[in-house]
Amino acid sequence: MRAADEHPVNPDGPGNPDGPGNPDEPGNPDEPGNPDAAQAAAPQARRRLLRAMTPKATRGQVLAALLCALLGFALVVQVRQNSEADLESLRQSDLVRLLDDASERSDRLAAAEADLAATRDELLSGSNARQAARQAAQDQVTTLGILAGTAPAAGRGIELRMTDPGGVLAANVLLNAIQELRDSGAEALQVNDVRITASTSFADTAGGVEVDGRAVESPYVVLAIGDPNTLSTAMAIPGGVVRSIESAGARAGVEERDEVLVDALRPVSEPEYARPASQTAGQTP
Amino acid sequence: MIAAVGLVLGMVLGLVLQPTVPAVLQPYLPIAVVAALDAVFGGLRAVLDGIFDDRVFVVSFLSNVVVAALVVYLGDQLGVGSQLSTGVVVVLGIRIFSNAAAIRRHIFKA
Repeated sequence: MRAADEHPVNPDGPGNPDGPGNPDEPGNPDEPGNPDAAQAAAPQARRRLLRAMTPKATRGQVLAALLCALLGFALVVQVRQNSEADLESLRQSDLVRLLDDASERSDRLAAAEADLAATRDELLSGSNARQAARQAAQDQVTTLGILAGTAPAAGRGIELRMTDPGGVLAANVLLNAIQELRDSGAEALQVNDVRITASTSFADTAGGVEVDGRAVESPYVVLAIGDPNTLSTAMAIPGGVVRSIESAGARAGVEERDEVLVDALRPVSEPEYARPASQTAGQTP
Repeated sequence: MIAAVGLVLGMVLGLVLQPTVPAVLQPYLPIAVVAALDAVFGGLRAVLDGIFDDRVFVVSFLSNVVVAALVVYLGDQLGVGSQLSTGVVVVLGIRIFSNAAAIRRHIFKA
């Protein structure tokens, strides 16, 4: 209804596009004063704004609404486009620069990757070498433990049993037997419950035989790990250990065994004066 | 009021439809939007000045958009597209600020 009222007035506006007056104003009965006179007044401006805000289906309003709708549409579309794919809207030179940057960056990253891979390989081989060294050291500890008598040993071997009820066997007989066993390749030895090592001593005492300061009594049982065949042959040769023991008046028997356990241990003694020399310090476990 | 409704309607439409901008229009749409913003601010100022005229508004809106896009197109053809679009945005930005200042003076008298 209101729109119908104002339509006839509106055509005046387009006729005077540069005119200062709003084409709506002359036709509006609410307008109190001369629009030119009160142009700067804020209440006037607010009233104008309010009037512009009141919905009227004039051609101007509709056109403005249409263009504003277009603007809003384009605005939203552009914002979405910009946030979605910012590369598409770039110019060729920008794209070339971006491409250069990217390839440069990827080159740098590839170089860094190569460096890091080399470092990783180095560390891996280092840890492998350390592992191998540790394994070798462990093996050496085991071997040295068997040789030094600080670790129990098991394997094929023989048992040499000497029964001497008359007490005729002297320390040198025992020592000969041990030497003979060693010569035939015995790797670990024990007499009764005393481990035989490089520094083992045999002594005659009033009560009998002492090995490493510990008295051993008949029957002397020597356990030797080595090739049983060789060991027993070495014991049985004419004029050998068994024969000499028997000629001395005692009895000796050799028994080959598949499993001999040499479990007598020698206490570990820390060397008081000897130190590992500096060249071999790293290899000493 | 109808204009504000139209603006909101257009934004909602854009959000709902989610159209893709054709590749041909992509360099010109942002400039066109800024130019249209300038026209809208000018129109708002004219409303407050009491000199709003729908024909002037429509013509200035459309010519702003077309001229801005044309300038950028020309710049692209000449190889100075990015610089020219920067210039256009600066000029339009100054106009938007001065229009906004006039509107502010009208509404707040400050």
